Amino acid sequence: MGKLYDKLSQDVRFVESLKACINCGTCTAICPAAEFYNYEPRVIATTVQSQDDAKIEELLKSETIWYCGECMSCKTRCPRGNAPGLLIIALRSLSQDLGYFTESEKGRQQLALKRTIGEWILKYGYCVNPDIMNPRLHPEQGPIWEWEKEHIEPVMEKMGANYHGEGPGALRKISDADLQELKNIFDITGGTERFRKIEESSEKKADEMGLDCGHDIDSEYFDYVYTTNNSKHTRS
Amino acid sequence: MKYEGKKLVWRDYQKEIAEDHYFYARSCIRQTFFPGSEMTFLRILKDELGKDVCDGAHHTSCTGIGYHSDIVPLETTMTVIARQFALMTEAGYENYAASCITSFGLYTEIIDMWHHFPETEDRAREYLFKATGREFKVPKNLAHASDIIYKFRYEIAAKAKYRLVDKETGKPLKVVEHIGCHYSKMFPHKGVGGAEYPYVLTGMIEAWGGEVIDYPERRHCCGFGFRQYIVQANRGFSIACSKKKFDSMEPYEPDMIITNCPGCPMFLDRWQYALSEMEGKTYGKNGKGIPVFTYEEVAGIVMGYDPWEIGLQVHQVPAEPVLDKIGVEYDPDKKFKGPNGEDLGRPVAPSYLKFYKE
Repeated sequence: MGKLYDKLSQDVRFVESLKACINCGTCTAICPAAEFYNYEPRVIATTVQSQDDAKIEELLKSETIWYCGECMSCKTRCPRGNAPGLLIIALRSLSQDLGYFTESEKGRQQLALKRTIGEWILKYGYCVNPDIMNPRLHPEQGPIWEWEKEHIEPVMEKMGANYHGEGPGALRKISDADLQELKNIFDITGGTERFRKIEESSEKKADEMGLDCGHDIDSEYFDYVYTTNNSKHTRS
Repeated sequence: MKYEGKKLVWRDYQKEIAEDHYFYARSCIRQTFFPGSEMTFLRILKDELGKDVCDGAHHTSCTGIGYHSDIVPLETTMTVIARQFALMTEAGYENYAASCITSFGLYTEIIDMWHHFPETEDRAREYLFKATGREFKVPKNLAHASDIIYKFRYEIAAKAKYRLVDKETGKPLKVVEHIGCHYSKMFPHKGVGGAEYPYVLTGMIEAWGGEVIDYPERRHCCGFGFRQYIVQANRGFSIACSKKKFDSMEPYEPDMIITNCPGCPMFLDRWQYALSEMEGKTYGKNGKGIPVFTYEEVAGIVMGYDPWEIGLQVHQVPAEPVLDKIGVEYDPDKKFKGPNGEDLGRPVAPSYLKFYKE
């Protein structure tokens, strides 16, 4: 048994997700990501089950572990009660702890996710907020979203939202005291440390690539990881 | 009663849903894109059914999108969830009602994890107390908000002004139901009807007069996939999943799609627009799309609420074909007006997807 396998074994999600894979491929058959990407959850389970550290390290540095959409369709169908989607969560977690995620194009995207969703949680109290759903970054939201953004206050009021207001309601302002409690939880439970590691590893990779990592979503490296797709990920 | 086929499956997957006194937790995506739906849920529960719902100011995101984007560690997420439960406990409630499917799935997973690995619950209690000084009880009853509307579907039908029926022909509307993946794919016994044939939306549709379409890709993901949509470079995955569903449902000529997850209605609405711009393809007749609704919106429609108060004007695929087929009375001129009738202009029409009547 290798050291990486040992580390995985300490994650409760690993314990819950992989009992004894019989390699039947049911997970691959049902997986939306396997239909789109060069991806087979069956192979992920087999590789981890081998307990071969070299193979697991290769996996942690690969594009492969970032293809899953975590829909958990695999959990429903696995005849042995395994959950490859949950195994993926454990692998991605370890890849970030070890700084391996910057070795793949898809893994490097973790910086974009941290600087958007991650920071929005601590700023707004929610993962998403209309203020930061920029039509430039989201052209698929269409002209209806551009109209809504342009008239956000009256449109939200008409739909009964308490946009930026005090007290309860949709899109209310989350108080500083509540945001501070969230921040305290992140500090104590490893959330802040995860963010720090993502930034640290990304900065190192940005230096290697000669790109400015910056500190927000307007940096060269952010733009690179947010938009780059080498077109080699999908089934031909 | 003789149980066979899907009814036999549904009988095996029934869940307990509390009768009253709910602690309501809002959703990141629902309140951003469809705040009128959360308002409609509360209006029906409180004003129509006389239920007691705590709509507090202090709860937050459960961090679910961050967790499933793998940037928020498990220990952090379970402690934020513990804080939500503490707020419920402090407010004197035992029944937790989540607006979000990702949240509902995560709450279910965390409670299950605490049951099987009690040391993780001990850690959550320790972390929460250290970070906030709060303590919590695990909810006595955990429901998704769609479970609650399902529970009261017949009471809503009894008060309804309209039915999901074509006013000209008297035939039921043909409805596609789309269930959020995290509603029951992980824990089938925690969802009404299980994972293969969830009944939570089907029950509403049938109670309100509609007919459910059973099409091949009924259970396929809408394509959110967290990082697969949030990061621009990955959105091909997201739109491909939705396209697969549209292609599969198109031959059945659905009148509408109804969903119970906050993200799914937004994706199924917006990706129809994007596909029309990319390929000139529309999935309804005569250049129209297939209108997509939240279950709260559909409840609001049958209750006869003003379509522009429940938020149907912020759909990219117009809702009017369904309203007209049912015979809903509404003022088309008020669609893009402000709350006091002020003129807010009009959105630009898409290139192919029919948006305006003229």
